[in-house]
Amino acid sequence: METAEIRIGVYICHCGINIASTVDVDSVRDSISKLPNVIVSRDFKYMCSDPGQELVIKDIKEKGLNRIVVASCSPRMHEPTFRMTIQQAGLNPYCLEMANIREQCSWVHEDREYATEKAVKLVSAAVAKASLLEPLEEKEVEVRPEALVIGGGIAGIQASLDIADAGFKVYLVEREPSIGGHMAQLDKTFPTLDCSACILTPRMVEVERHPNIELLSYSEVIDVSGYIGNFHVKVRKKPRYIKMDKCTGCGMCAEACIMKGRIISEFDVGMGKRSVPYIPFPYAVPSKYTMDSENCLFITKGKCGKSPACKDACSSDAVDFEQKEEIVELDVGTIVVATGFDLFDAKEKPEYGYGLYDNVLSGLEFERLVSSSGPTQGKIIIGGKEPKNVVFVQCVGSRDKSVGNEYCSRVCCMYTAKQAHLVHEKLPDAKLTVFYMDIRAFGKGYEEFYDRVREEGVRYIRGNVSEIIKKGDRLLVMAEDTLLGEPVDIEADLVVLATGIVPRRDVKEVANLLKISQSPDGFFLEGHPKMRPVDTATDGIYLAGCAQGPKDIPDTVAQAKGAASSAMTKMARGKVKVEVTTASVDTFVCRGCGRCVEVCEYGAPNLEEVEPGILVSQINDSICKGCGACSVACPSGAISMKHFKNEQILSQIEAVI
Amino acid sequence: MLRKSHFNIRKFIYDTFDKDAAKVVFEREGIWDCTTCSACLKKCPKGVDTTGIVMGLRGLMVEDGRIPPPIRDALKSIAIHKNPWKISAEERSRWAEGLHVKNISEGGDILYYVGCTPAYDARLQKVARAIVEILNRAGVDFGILGNEEGCCGSEIRRMGDVWTFEYLAEENIEIFKKYNVKKIVTTSPHCYNTFKNEYKGAEFEVQHYTELIASLIEEGRLSFTRQIDKTVTYHDPCFLGKQNGVFDPPRKVLTSIPGIKLVEMDRARERSLCCEGGGGRMWVESEDSEDRLAKIRVGEAMDVGAQILATSCPFCLLTLEDVVKTGDLEESIKVMDIAELVKEAL
Repeated sequence: METAEIRIGVYICHCGINIASTVDVDSVRDSISKLPNVIVSRDFKYMCSDPGQELVIKDIKEKGLNRIVVASCSPRMHEPTFRMTIQQAGLNPYCLEMANIREQCSWVHEDREYATEKAVKLVSAAVAKASLLEPLEEKEVEVRPEALVIGGGIAGIQASLDIADAGFKVYLVEREPSIGGHMAQLDKTFPTLDCSACILTPRMVEVERHPNIELLSYSEVIDVSGYIGNFHVKVRKKPRYIKMDKCTGCGMCAEACIMKGRIISEFDVGMGKRSVPYIPFPYAVPSKYTMDSENCLFITKGKCGKSPACKDACSSDAVDFEQKEEIVELDVGTIVVATGFDLFDAKEKPEYGYGLYDNVLSGLEFERLVSSSGPTQGKIIIGGKEPKNVVFVQCVGSRDKSVGNEYCSRVCCMYTAKQAHLVHEKLPDAKLTVFYMDIRAFGKGYEEFYDRVREEGVRYIRGNVSEIIKKGDRLLVMAEDTLLGEPVDIEADLVVLATGIVPRRDVKEVANLLKISQSPDGFFLEGHPKMRPVDTATDGIYLAGCAQGPKDIPDTVAQAKGAASSAMTKMARGKVKVEVTTASVDTFVCRGCGRCVEVCEYGAPNLEEVEPGILVSQINDSICKGCGACSVACPSGAISMKHFKNEQILSQIEAVI
Repeated sequence: MLRKSHFNIRKFIYDTFDKDAAKVVFEREGIWDCTTCSACLKKCPKGVDTTGIVMGLRGLMVEDGRIPPPIRDALKSIAIHKNPWKISAEERSRWAEGLHVKNISEGGDILYYVGCTPAYDARLQKVARAIVEILNRAGVDFGILGNEEGCCGSEIRRMGDVWTFEYLAEENIEIFKKYNVKKIVTTSPHCYNTFKNEYKGAEFEVQHYTELIASLIEEGRLSFTRQIDKTVTYHDPCFLGKQNGVFDPPRKVLTSIPGIKLVEMDRARERSLCCEGGGGRMWVESEDSEDRLAKIRVGEAMDVGAQILATSCPFCLLTLEDVVKTGDLEESIKVMDIAELVKEAL
C-alpha cells in the first residue's frame, strides 16, 4: 500500500439538519473535491446509516480509494463505526480520518457563511492528514484465566462466586480476619426485612468451599504491576499467630485470655468487648481465631503471666507466636476492586454530641445493638433501660457541604425507616421521630416500606436537627419543623444518627497502587458514568460495590455481577486487543532523562540500560494508552505518537491556516 | 431561623427571589435579631451564606435610612469619633494612663490593637490594662496606636454599613503600613476576625491575645506566682471559637494557672451558645420577649459548678456580667476575662 498513489474519498454528513442547517454542505463538498488526491467528494443525509456506509464500501471497491475522510460528528461517536466499514471493504482501519463538523462547527456557530468556511478548513485538515496516514497493525495480548478480587464484602463475595462458577480461578484478598464486610454487621435488610446474616452466610460458606476460589484472609495487596492479561500482584499475609491448619475454632484460647472482655470489638463497633485471640463473629469465614497483635501482652511486652494462657488452653497446639508475615505473589489476568466504604465519623458534626453522649449512636452501632448476634442479643437497652423516646437524624455526613460530602449516601433514608420499624416492633410503646431533609425511597418496594413505617406511627419531621444537648439524663433534640416554620424540641432517651458512607481512609493509597482514579467525591472513578459503570480507565481492572460510590445491597450485587462479567469476557476469550495508537521511542535520539516515566499516568515507559551507563526509554505497548503526555514532555523529541505523528499534525495545521 | 424570634432567613430568601428586596426587609420583623454568630452558616449543609444575606438585607435598610435610632447613632458616632460609643477620639487612650506602654510610632514587634469597647468602657478598660501588664511582664516589645486607633469596622459591617466598613478598613491598613506593622494582637475576637478574614490586601499576622499568652506560657516567658483556687468554666466566643477555630489556646492559658480547676459546659467549643452580643446587638435590643441567651448561659455555667465564668471577648463579658448583676447572682458566680485571671496569678 505504501507505494500506491494516495486516493482519498471524502464523505460529508448532513446529520439530518444538525449540520446541514448551519453548514452549506454542497459548497463544502465542491471545495474539497478540488483538493489534491481527492478522488471523490460526496455528501449524504446520514453517513452512519447503512446506505451511508454502503456508499463508502462501494466507492472503495469501484474507485480504488485507499484513504477515507468522514466529516460528521465527534470521532468519539462514530470512529469505531467507520473503521469497521472500511475494514469490511479491505482497508486498514487506521486509514480513516474524521473531521468533526458538528460539535466543533455547526452546533457552536450561527453564521452560515463562517460556519461553512470553517467546515471547509476542518475537512481540508482531515484530508491533509489522511494523505499521510499509515496503516497500523492491531495487536493482541494473552489474558491469564485467573482473577484477583480485592475485598471480601458482599461485592467481592458475589464477584468471586460468579467468576469462579464460570470456571476461572479467583484469588479473594480480604484485609480482615473474616470475609462478610459491612453486610455481616447488619441486622435486617430493607425493605424486605430479611435477616442480613441469613442471606449472607450461605454465600460466605460457598466462597470457602469453592474449588476455584483461594481465600487470602487477613491479607493485603501491597503491589500491583503489569497490565490487562498479565498483572503481577504481591499480597502480604499478616501473621495470625494461630496455625490455620490446626485451629478448630473452639474458642478455648479466647476464654483463657487474661485480657478477655477488655478489648473493643471492631465488629460490634465498640458496643461489645472481646479477647486478644478472637473470631470477629460467630459465622466468620474462615472460622479460625486471630491474635490481635496490638493488644497481646506476649507479643507487645514479651511476657504474659508465666506462660500465655491461650497457648496453654489450646488443645490442638494451634497458637504459634513465632509466625511471621508472608508475601504471596500472584499472576492474574483481571482485577475486581471491591474495597467497600467507611462510615462517616459523626464527631465531625459536633452539634449532634456523638462521642460526647453515650445515648447518641451511629447507624452501624444501632445495627449491632438491635442485632440478635449483638452485645445485648438484640434487646434495645441503653443506659440499662429501654428507651421510651427515640429520635433518628437523617443525612449525617451526607448531602452536607460543611463536611465536604455533597453526595447522597443512598442507604440512610431506608435504613433509618427499617431501624424505626425494628424499634416499633420491639418496643411498641416507644415514641419514634425521624428528622429529615428529603426522603429518598427510590428502589423497588422502598416507598411502600416508607409508607408502612409511617403508618406504624413513626413521626417524620422535615428539618435538620440544629443541636442536641443534655437535659438531665435525657437528651434535648432541637430542630425546626420547616413545614410548619416552628421550632421543635424533643426529649429523647436514644438518638440514632443516620451516618453516611464515605470512601475508605486509605482510598488514595489503593488508587495509587492500582493506578486508577478517584472522582471528586473520593470514590473510585468509573470508565464512563453511564456506558462503562463497572470499568476503570485501566483495562482489566473493574469496580464493584461501594468502592465506586454509595450503594445499597441489590445495587452492589448487580454491580459485582457486572464487574465479574466484564472480567470473565476478557478471560473467556483469552486474548484482548490493545491500543494501537501508542507512543514509540526513537532510541537513537532518546537521552534517557526519564521525563516520560514521570509524566505517564499508566506506567508504560521504563528506562532500560541498553549499554553500561546508557539509559533508553522503552514503552510497553500493552500499557500505553496513547495519550501523548510523554511525547509532549520529551525534551529531545524522541517520542512520537503513532497515528498522531508530528508531520501529520503539522499538515493539519497548515491546511487550516 | 432564630428559635425565639420571628426572624426566618428562608422567608427573606424566598421573598427576595421575585419581590423588591428592600420592601421585603421593611415589611418583615426580626432582621435585627440576628447576632451573626454563624451557628447556622457553619451547619448549613448547602453552604448558604446566611450571615452574608442578613448583612446585605440590613445594608438595604441603612441605604434607605430606615434603621433603629441606636444603630443610627452608633453609625454616626463612627463618622465623628471613629468609635460607636459616642466618646471623643481624643479620649481613646485615657485607659492607658499610668501604664508603661509606648506608642507604636516608637517601634515594637507587635501592635496591641485595643478596640473601641476596651478603650472606652470602664469595665473593659480593666481587661486592656491587664493585657498590657501581662505583656510587659513577659517582656514583649509592643506598642499601641493611642488616639490614632480607630474602629475596626466589624460591627459596622454587621449592621449593614459596608461602605463605612470599607472606608475604615482602608484607613486602618494605611495606618498599619505607616508604622510597618507586621503583627497585630487584639483584645476582641470581633476585631481579630475582621482583620483576619475581611481586610482585603492586608499583609500582617493577626493573633487574639489568648493565643499570644498561650505561646508566652509555652515558651516559659510567663510564669505564675499566685494560686487561684477556683472552679472555672470557659465560654467560647462565637467569633473566636466556631468562626475561627481558636478553642485550645484560651483553655491552655486557664489550665496553666495554678489552682484553677477547669470544667466544661455541655455546650463547649463548636457547640458553644451565643451570648447575643454580636452583629450590632450591643446597640439594639431584640424584639423577642424570651430569656436572653446570656441568662441561659450563666445558668449552664452554674450547673457545672463554676465559681468563675471566664471568657475572652468584650461583648461576651458585658452581656454575661449584665445577667449576673441584674439577676443578683454575684454571690454565686463571677464573670471574668481570661486576661484578668492571668494578671491576678502573676
